[in-house]
Amino acid sequence: MINRTPFKIAIASGKGGTGKTTLATNLAACIAEQQEVVLVDLDVEEPNSGLFFEGRLLHSEDNLKMIPQWDESKCTLCGLCPKLCNFHAIIQLGPSILVFPELCHSCYACSELCPAGALPMIPRAIGKLNHFQNGRLHHIESRLNVGEEQAVASIAKSKKYAADKLPYVNVHLYDSPPGTSCPVVEAIKDADFVILVTEPTPFGLHDLTLAVETTHKLEKSFGVVINRDGLGNNEVIRYCQAENIPVLARIPNNRRIAELYSAGRLIYPEFPEIREALKDILDYCLSAERSRP
Amino acid sequence: MKEIVVISGKGGTGKTSITASFAVLEGTRVVLADCDVDAADMHLLMQPDFENEDNFFSGELAYIDQSNCTRCGLCEQICRFDAISVSNGKYTINPIDCEGCGYCARVCPTQTIINKKLMAGKWYISNIKTGSHMVHARLEAGADNSGKLVAKVKNEAKELALEEQKEYVLVDGSPGIGCPVISSLSGATFVVLVTEPSVSGLHDLMRVHQLVKKFKIPSGCIINKADINPEKTSEIKDFLLSEEIIHLGDLPYNEDFTKAMIEGKTIVELDRGTLPANLKDIWEQIKILTT
Amino acid sequence: MKIAFTADGTNWDAMIDPRFGRTAYLVIYNEESDELQGFDNSAVKNEAHGAGTATSQRIFELNPDVLITGNGPGDTAAKALAHMKLKIFTGAQDLTLRQAFEKYKNGELKEF
Repeated sequence: MINRTPFKIAIASGKGGTGKTTLATNLAACIAEQQEVVLVDLDVEEPNSGLFFEGRLLHSEDNLKMIPQWDESKCTLCGLCPKLCNFHAIIQLGPSILVFPELCHSCYACSELCPAGALPMIPRAIGKLNHFQNGRLHHIESRLNVGEEQAVASIAKSKKYAADKLPYVNVHLYDSPPGTSCPVVEAIKDADFVILVTEPTPFGLHDLTLAVETTHKLEKSFGVVINRDGLGNNEVIRYCQAENIPVLARIPNNRRIAELYSAGRLIYPEFPEIREALKDILDYCLSAERSRP
Repeated sequence: MKEIVVISGKGGTGKTSITASFAVLEGTRVVLADCDVDAADMHLLMQPDFENEDNFFSGELAYIDQSNCTRCGLCEQICRFDAISVSNGKYTINPIDCEGCGYCARVCPTQTIINKKLMAGKWYISNIKTGSHMVHARLEAGADNSGKLVAKVKNEAKELALEEQKEYVLVDGSPGIGCPVISSLSGATFVVLVTEPSVSGLHDLMRVHQLVKKFKIPSGCIINKADINPEKTSEIKDFLLSEEIIHLGDLPYNEDFTKAMIEGKTIVELDRGTLPANLKDIWEQIKILTT
Repeated sequence: MKIAFTADGTNWDAMIDPRFGRTAYLVIYNEESDELQGFDNSAVKNEAHGAGTATSQRIFELNPDVLITGNGPGDTAAKALAHMKLKIFTGAQDLTLRQAFEKYKNGELKEF
């Protein structure tokens, strides 16, 4: 048998609240009716996909970040470390060195360049990674502690955990954070296919164009899912046609869907046409050419 | 001068439409700051003229000058972000992975690595249809350091407001609880939390409120689409009560939000239904709370 | 006594800057010599991160006995300031330095 790596599908959007989590959770649950699937919630600042499943907690661990710890007995107070830190995470107040863990980027510069070896690196918990299972569905989330600024390392950690622990599961879905900056790049940079979720409104279109730009920059294959179809105008469709971007599905604008979502429930069991759409989306993704490594 | 920041934790709760409505209601007395720099949409409602444009340089990124590189490999060894790769003996830095810590440049024996300021976007001061100004920005796709751009937009808006003796700086914040949000909160007089009655809305509200608490800024909350799930709405109200967050008001689920947006207008300009009056009440309350 | 203010200018009529880390200026009033001295903080103000710690470092160097500011330092800066022998008073936003100083003298400012 050929040793395959999982096919990784990232579900992203420029604008928040367009339905990424709705699509990710419904797609995951729908796939799980037939085969095993992994859903990795990479919105580590506001992880929501767990609200839609009752899972059994299989594993939980701290997400760690390495930070320097001041060893007063070795320190010569030479004053170098505050100057080395580009992030102002170390200051010197007279005879004390203070380290601010939230600001540290774990670059090790202070620790390794300290002439006295007075700043050894130690682990610090910045959040938790949880692995839940519900039938064939594996759900992995990292949850950043409030006040921690750096989402990127936890995003990388979740992906790696899924890849290491569940390499035999064919499909890994990534529920990405909103936006277009560093956390999003981290979330989609090693995906094989990206689904951009948008809504047919001026905000939706504008943010879609930004997301498309980011996705192009990362040289990813991608397609668009239009959520709340019928709500606004036709500009998103026109844009996709003009740019030759495949529209994978259109999920109708329906108050009932909003109500189900608000209660933390899946939508496709009540809407056969959405179940069909989800299958089409998955087929399209899997048939798409894998992005360049 | 009061600095009022509108945030939501969760995206898509109507934060930008609501902020824009407040700006129209208060007219010339408000300088607007669009700090949702990742997905800046405010300009679609405000008819900005992009009068002043400036480049934005974010933190530093390392760059290897190949001509002086002795290919010792030290930089690759020390980089904790796997940003330096070698092919055919040539060392290069991947800007997407580079964290800008500057470590490699400090240890390079031939000082061949330099820290380059990275053009990460543009920022603008515009005249807008309210007769006032808006400071806004556009981040390059995939750029790092949106927190710094947020700080820039906010500082510029604040300086403008002081210069022109405006009453308010109104800030449209970004979703989440990470660095851009932390940047947009710093220095605020009052925080307006916009939420919706869904499991995600409440979950995200709780997390973003924890963050606001750390900053010790007073806050009030608007529940948008309140009628979509009355049970969740009352759950949110209980939470607001227990955390001493002022409940500023409820808004109904209403597609006028979108209709106004398509016309490039704010809801209060649409002048239809009860939404404009609701928003006016809420804004008046915020004004009283910040005096 | 040396009293530090976060301020948007460097004279008695300047307004208190409500922000600690990103304050435009730090102003020091020396009661003994009756001197008022301003320090530009703009380099720190435009930093993406760590403005609170960087400004705390400057406060340490200026070594005041009292700090008068607006919102009060955030969590990180508060941790740094806790290492200094310094009394912090907040809630002075919307006041000029002169008004803030008077309120402080009358015990009308909130101690952080």
